[in-house]
Amino acid sequence: MMTNQNCAQNLELVSGQLFTDEVILDIDDVTISYSGNPAVKSVSFPIAKNKITSIIGPSGCGKSTLLRSINRMNDFVEGVTVQGQLSYCGHDVYSSEIDPVEVRRNIGMVFQKPNPFPKTIYKNISWGPVINGYKGSTDELVEKSLRQAALWEEVKDRLHESALSLSGGQQQRLCIARALAMEPDILLMDEPCSALDPISTSHIEDLLFELKARYTIVIVTHNMQQAARISDYTAFLEMGDLIEFGVTDQLFTRPSQRRTEEYVTGRFG
Amino acid sequence: MNSDLKLANDNIAARHRKARIFRMFCAGVTWMGAGLLAILLIQVTVDGIKWLDYQFLTSFPSRFPYKAGIKSALVGTLWLIVMIAMVSIPIGVATALYLEELSRKGRFAKLIEINISNLAGVPSIVYGIIGLAIFVRGLGLERSLLSGALTMSLLILPVIIIASREAIKTVPMSIRQAAYALGATRWQTAWAHVLPASFPGILTGVILALSRAIGETAPLIMIGALTYVAFLPEGPMDSFTALPIQIFNWVSRPQQEFHELAAGGIIVLLIVLLTMNATAIFIRQKTEKKLQ
Repeated sequence: MMTNQNCAQNLELVSGQLFTDEVILDIDDVTISYSGNPAVKSVSFPIAKNKITSIIGPSGCGKSTLLRSINRMNDFVEGVTVQGQLSYCGHDVYSSEIDPVEVRRNIGMVFQKPNPFPKTIYKNISWGPVINGYKGSTDELVEKSLRQAALWEEVKDRLHESALSLSGGQQQRLCIARALAMEPDILLMDEPCSALDPISTSHIEDLLFELKARYTIVIVTHNMQQAARISDYTAFLEMGDLIEFGVTDQLFTRPSQRRTEEYVTGRFG
Repeated sequence: MNSDLKLANDNIAARHRKARIFRMFCAGVTWMGAGLLAILLIQVTVDGIKWLDYQFLTSFPSRFPYKAGIKSALVGTLWLIVMIAMVSIPIGVATALYLEELSRKGRFAKLIEINISNLAGVPSIVYGIIGLAIFVRGLGLERSLLSGALTMSLLILPVIIIASREAIKTVPMSIRQAAYALGATRWQTAWAHVLPASFPGILTGVILALSRAIGETAPLIMIGALTYVAFLPEGPMDSFTALPIQIFNWVSRPQQEFHELAAGGIIVLLIVLLTMNATAIFIRQKTEKKLQ
């Protein structure tokens, strides 16, 4: 059984500053290959607990691949191999003793395109916890999760209608609520706003601010302004290499690498 | 203007003409198919309609055409439908689900896949021989409804499996990912999401397969379904007859009246088929609406 009790206080230097946050997930020398072709090369950086870490970089830089390796969603893609260590509270996520299903119970995920189940709003939320043995009141759980995702007021009178009747932005918040209902330690978000309009996007960004008090969030985004607005730490990837990792403000205002500067100032990408 | 582009413009009229000719050809072929079917249906209806009455539906076969009816064949066919469905749907859908969702995609799965595709093309008489050897003789089930249903299930299993796999393949990957990301196992995902989402497609395949089964004659003749049955089957171990066999029997008699009786039987068979198809469409539309 996984617990987060062994989450140690981890001190290391990050772009000249002492990284004093508690590390919940340590990405250590991780290389991910598709049938032998590396998509992510020897990447190392820590994920701080109760913070938002964003992963940015141009298309095809391996940021989604890296994100999906954290909760072993890459297991379903043929030919993917992961080398190195992803330690989640002291457990190597890829150790043979770890059941990937258990990893995914603790590390939730929100996808690029909203993908609610073609079932009712209520069932969308309750299904995950119920199959994982949740015994409490599902009514309460549904309300709590929807409130956390700032969707409750909009849908409280139509919980038993199809989730597909919601708008795109609402569907994405439903997917967030669905992930939160599992009370994950870490929430992975793979470009959660890329299919949404600016208003829905700002809803979700506001939501992320509130959520970080209780959850650790790792977000992949195409949108540099979004990374700068919402995240505490930022990792910049290019062609599978980690170019720079650091405190978001610093990475955007005083990057230590030239490639980072060129990217965040919009000279390429 | 570029001279190449000009040439292309000159060509437009000719290209439109070609498109029109092709469209007319396709429409003609379509109407020819529908027309032939219509002629066939009209012919059968004209021949058989006058025999189609309450007495026809509720009488056993007889040597005298005006006394003969289709009761035992109709009841036999209904028994068959239910029993074939009970055997073939669980096995077929489970196989499809296993092959698509649960098995490792290896050489073994490929081998099974190729075999199933080949089995779908095996002539039905061959299934009849298998049924005779295995069910009737081997397992000693005699010429019973059970033998017939099992043989027919073998016959339509490949069709059900292939149709179900196609339906399962159309379920978007994103739904599976959503379930896996919640800590669901492959089985939980398949059962709770993939199966319901592919249900309309599976149902269509199943009904089409069942329709094929109740129209089949050869395997039933092979395993020895009777042609003259003056009683109703009361259980799966009873001997039986079925609509196509009764029709076949009437057609092979010399008297004109029996040929018309056969036409009446065909109408009944068609009504059973159309009812099944209509049910499938109805359920499919109802479930599809629920999903949207």
